Amino acid sequence: MNLPVDAQTALDTFAQPQGWEQRARLLMQWGERLPALADDEKSEENLVHGCESKVWLLGDMTDGHWQFRAASDARMIRGLVALLLARVNGLSAEELQRVDLPDWFSQLGLSRQLSPSRSNGLNAVLQRMHQLTVS
Amino acid sequence: MSLSSPWRADFPAIAALQRQGQTYLDNAATTQKPQALLDALNHYYANGAANVHRAQHLPGAHATQAFENSRSKVAHWLNAGEAGQIVFTHGATSALNLLAYGLEQEFAAGDEIVISALEHHANLLPWQQLALRNDLKLVVLPLDNQGLIDLKAAALLINERTRLLAVSQLSNVLGAWQPLPELLAMAKAHGALTVIDGAQGVVHGRHDVQALGCDFYVFSSHKLYGPEGVGVLYGRNEALSRLQHWQFGGEMVLTTDYQRASFRPAPLGFEAGTPPIASVIGLGATLAYLNGLDHAAVLEHEARLHALLLDGLRQRDGIQVLGQPQLALVSFVVQGVHNADLAHLLTEQGIAVRAGHHCAIPLLKSLGLPGAIRVSLALYNDESDLQHFFNALDQALELLR
Repeated sequence: MNLPVDAQTALDTFAQPQGWEQRARLLMQWGERLPALADDEKSEENLVHGCESKVWLLGDMTDGHWQFRAASDARMIRGLVALLLARVNGLSAEELQRVDLPDWFSQLGLSRQLSPSRSNGLNAVLQRMHQLTVS
Repeated sequence: MSLSSPWRADFPAIAALQRQGQTYLDNAATTQKPQALLDALNHYYANGAANVHRAQHLPGAHATQAFENSRSKVAHWLNAGEAGQIVFTHGATSALNLLAYGLEQEFAAGDEIVISALEHHANLLPWQQLALRNDLKLVVLPLDNQGLIDLKAAALLINERTRLLAVSQLSNVLGAWQPLPELLAMAKAHGALTVIDGAQGVVHGRHDVQALGCDFYVFSSHKLYGPEGVGVLYGRNEALSRLQHWQFGGEMVLTTDYQRASFRPAPLGFEAGTPPIASVIGLGATLAYLNGLDHAAVLEHEARLHALLLDGLRQRDGIQVLGQPQLALVSFVVQGVHNADLAHLLTEQGIAVRAGHHCAIPLLKSLGLPGAIRVSLALYNDESDLQHFFNALDQALELLR
């Protein structure tokens, strides 16, 4: 399966060895690229529970392809979510089911962000995405 | 001259963490363990484990002896004397739950339980749920602007309807000693039972439960450089006699047939099932180690570290310290910076501090904060730890601002 263009860009950028500062800068840059949500979309209904910071996640299926949008009040998690969306947006339901997301973050050198003790909420975001796509 | 800890080498994990590039400043969550504890665990398991209070055989006698020695050491640590008993539980949380269930029959609908606004969830939820089960009123003492329980408000809120007062000795978020003598006097004047959550307080300085005059005092071993899985409940004899048995099972029973039973008094009557024997023995070894330290020197070291931490934070722009911490820890937020982002970047730099709500969600909410960063100190921390923290903090803030 070919990677979506944004995902390939992310992989090219993050897969190179880098220090924590560069990684943090990149994460923040990716976070800035997320299109803003409207205020009424930042609702309780769209809020992902289980995050230290607030994360809102919305998903729509159009023409058989998933399109997710998200926002957060914290910058690092926003960057992580942007990297997630780069991988999954535009996929069909079937393709999305086949994607190994923990492996995706590990390819990006960010697997630690998914460790069970992390309270940054990336795990919670993945769970919410799963709920949205199976319901 | 840089402030160093003469006790640092007694805790082998500190050097191990250093080799992993980690600076451990999350001591209010749990602490590293002294070599004396590791030796005691090793000795117990290497020389013959056995169950306590049950067997007539020699290994059982040895284990029971060591187990009961620990009980004496805890009693001595708290100066319980003849005034009360030490009950071992599985943690401070389970000790507080034991109280909230074992004292249930003391309450009638409409009675009031008084806690404070700064309680850890462990000293909030058992009482909240007890109140909900029995239609009681949970009264929450407000804080003054220094982060102390407001005594003027307490004088009104603790009254003839108060059946029990349960408050923390030292807040795990605000790091300030609470005015226990005044609060306990108010509660006693109205004949209320008193429970002190000493989970944070017991770690700093020595406390005398007889001088305090509380009915119950609770702490957990692992925050006091001991093993996990052990909590301590001190109960005054008169108060313990009002505590009903809660968990039932092995060794807490006096006699039983299939239909009914009678139970042992404290402490064994409240220690159903096999206790965490090795951990209790380990706690005893930790207390023996701590007893051998120069207490005044430990307190002075902790005070100097705390002053350095507070000064360093105050020298930096945009940092808001929560309350007016006196010792042990400082919680703070940075203007315009999300605490989750700061926590992320401190973690990236090997700084182990706590971020979030610190199991005190109502308190953080009342301060209007979604969370905070907490730096908490132990006797093995030194100035180099704080330097690592401040360097990492400066780098993180430079990136985030």
